[in-house]
Amino acid sequence: MPNPTAQPILHMKGITKTFPGVRALDDVSIKVLPGEVHGIVGENGAGKTTLMKILTGVYQADAGQIEFKGHPVHIPNPRAAQLLGISIIHQELAVLPEMSVAENIFLGREPVGALNAIRWTELYRQTEALLRRLGIELSPRLQVGQLTIAQQQMVEIAKALSLNADLLVMDEPTSALTERETEILFKLIAQLKSQNVTIIYISHRMEEIFRICDQVTVMRDGQHVATKPIGELTPEEVVRLMVGRRITDIYPPPGKGRGALKLEARDFHRPPRIKNINLRLYTGEILGLAGLVGSGRTDLARAIFGVDPVERGELWIDGKPVQIRSPQDAMNLGIGLVPEDRKSQGLFSAMTVRQNVVIARLKELARLGFVDYRKARDETQRFVEELDIRTPTIEQLVHNLSGGNQQKVIIARWLGRSPSILILDEPTRGIDVGAKAEIHALMRRLADNGMAIMMISSDLPEVLGVSDRILVMREGEIVAEFDRDKATQDQIMWYATGSDRRAESDTVQEVAS
Amino acid sequence: MIRQANAKAFRNQGLGKLLLDLLRRFSVVVIFLGLVLIFGTISGDFLTPSNLLNVARQTSIVAIVSVGMTFTILTAGIDLSVGSLVAVTGALAAMASARWGMPVPVAILVGMASGAVAGGISGLLVAKGGLPPFVATLAMMAAARGATLVITDARPITGVTKAFRDFGNGFLLGVPIPVWVLIMVAVLAWWVLAYTRFGRYVYALGGNEETAKLAGINVDRIKILVYVISGALSGLAGMILAARLNSAQPTAGIAMELDAIAAVVLGGTSLAGGAGGVGGSVIGALIMGTLANGLNLAEVPSYIQKLIQGAVIVLAVVLDVTTRRQKR
Repeated sequence: MPNPTAQPILHMKGITKTFPGVRALDDVSIKVLPGEVHGIVGENGAGKTTLMKILTGVYQADAGQIEFKGHPVHIPNPRAAQLLGISIIHQELAVLPEMSVAENIFLGREPVGALNAIRWTELYRQTEALLRRLGIELSPRLQVGQLTIAQQQMVEIAKALSLNADLLVMDEPTSALTERETEILFKLIAQLKSQNVTIIYISHRMEEIFRICDQVTVMRDGQHVATKPIGELTPEEVVRLMVGRRITDIYPPPGKGRGALKLEARDFHRPPRIKNINLRLYTGEILGLAGLVGSGRTDLARAIFGVDPVERGELWIDGKPVQIRSPQDAMNLGIGLVPEDRKSQGLFSAMTVRQNVVIARLKELARLGFVDYRKARDETQRFVEELDIRTPTIEQLVHNLSGGNQQKVIIARWLGRSPSILILDEPTRGIDVGAKAEIHALMRRLADNGMAIMMISSDLPEVLGVSDRILVMREGEIVAEFDRDKATQDQIMWYATGSDRRAESDTVQEVAS
Repeated sequence: MIRQANAKAFRNQGLGKLLLDLLRRFSVVVIFLGLVLIFGTISGDFLTPSNLLNVARQTSIVAIVSVGMTFTILTAGIDLSVGSLVAVTGALAAMASARWGMPVPVAILVGMASGAVAGGISGLLVAKGGLPPFVATLAMMAAARGATLVITDARPITGVTKAFRDFGNGFLLGVPIPVWVLIMVAVLAWWVLAYTRFGRYVYALGGNEETAKLAGINVDRIKILVYVISGALSGLAGMILAARLNSAQPTAGIAMELDAIAAVVLGGTSLAGGAGGVGGSVIGALIMGTLANGLNLAEVPSYIQKLIQGAVIVLAVVLDVTTRRQKR
């Protein structure tokens, strides 16, 4: 157990970072004690990853100071962080699959002899010694691409520690691991702790935080909320701190109520992100799909839309079974999908507003195979007025529009096809408050006119403010369902982070410790 | 876990898997041997020693170029300028011999050095100028061809010394000299790629540039060097081609970049970078050479030959891709 009165090994003071239009970090200060496992938790967008990127030299802070081992330090790039003894294991693995374990670990620092030839025996010997010291049982000669994800992660950890890291940052290290692999990782963390390596552990999963962390820092909206020893906290408190109280935005009034069953997914299954999902969507309702990033919400939407097929499961529309094997099939059945990432999945940035709006229905707008320009123009003009898309002309390039107006362009594209089911994935991410409210009002209007709407959102106030019904997903399953007025942010977060599961396993852990 | 992993690897290699793995690793060799067998049956002239040595001699020029190409492709780059470089370096080497009476080693050096300089310029444009390799080397391809026409005045350069000629046409211990050169180049390149720091960084760069950068590797230096190597080997090939033809032709090496790329891809090196090697490229070049020679002997019209070449490339790569996919 680390000594709470000890000098902090890391002290980040008043860190502020602004990206265009967003204040990502606002005067954040944290202290990390030597030899502890320090958890950092917060909702998506709370600023955890940005803070760690500043610590490891990927970003530069606009204001603030970093003290490491008692001295103020300047970290201009990732290499400088490594030289100081700060290493990070990113959420996405960055191994070289075609190379051996030893080569991955000692990349850039291989022992060489004459003619810069690598001394392979020496390289393998050093790797073996390192792996033995860390208690990782892997052969240095294996090709990394042949290993399991967990083993690849071990390679990354070994690489980070071979740089003689005193401080190791792990950004959601278990997101791709199975439970058994997670256990192996935890054993390794315990061993590192005994060798006095300090660990910053970022995770969404309460279960893990309460199992391995000594202290927890909670962040929200780019601000530091609290840092406390784990013993002084309960999972409920952590969730409450993460969610906090926010000024509620103005949301549209509830709808006229739902109509007939429109779409039904039965036993949708494609592990690990979609597990035996049953879902019903009614006309006239907005169904909110809440959960953490990676909980399977987007995967579910893409499966319904026919982008990535499921292993098994049936889809029913208007009481009839349907087959959707491609987005074309889905579109012909009246389904529309507004994807998560406007720039890479939704827009043709180099095209004009008009071209973006009409591209999904060129066939109807064509005469003898040529697009009828006047029809396309009139149609676009109609949507620009109806959705209040703010653009100087419909011939403006779409990438010159603001995020909110870009989103309206994508919605207009779908409305042109008169869909009866519309799926929106994070419809207001990165959009300013005013445009957000307009999009919410538009969604409500469409639902009132009989459309069935499914909205995926990581923004809890939005989920609560806009949805008629809310489903919570976690690790590929639907774990809770609420009606509009029965849900609270705390409850949704509670299910989304798996705090309920931890409550059940408490007794087991006590026996184990 | 060592034992687990090894046991797993062992289990994975059931007999079927083992065969598949062998086929994957040696699919180009299988195709090559298949071609030899087919042409040997069709034409009585094919399997004669003199014909085989002839194929080897013809192939060695493209093969040397494709060894250099392998370096650039391993970094997820490409070098489209090799054909033009073969022409310009061949012209300079021939001039060194014919006009200034320089001995063969100096002529070789002139060819390789001028190729290396041109490659270095491409490399700088890629690494420091941030140009896509395709664009940088496309520009170099045009510029080097232009330079060739300027220095040769669009006429062949003739009158090279006998020693110069012999370097392309002679034999050593019964094997054509260009084949010896290819063997030396290929073995050296293989050793560099497999055993030196530089070689491993070539793979690392192609595998994941960001990871390589974060490991403190001087990525720009590696990028420049691979184009220098590609240029220098084009220079060597250019000199050999001039020696073989007894003169430097301003139109030498036209479309040779396509043959070299085809050889590399046939050899199993991924255009996405990070995987492959020179052994495959040499065999890839041999396949292309054998195919051309065999089809000639079988008296297949040359237009049809091109069709067949295209089909063989597609077949070989499809075989490679599908066996690879099954392995995952």
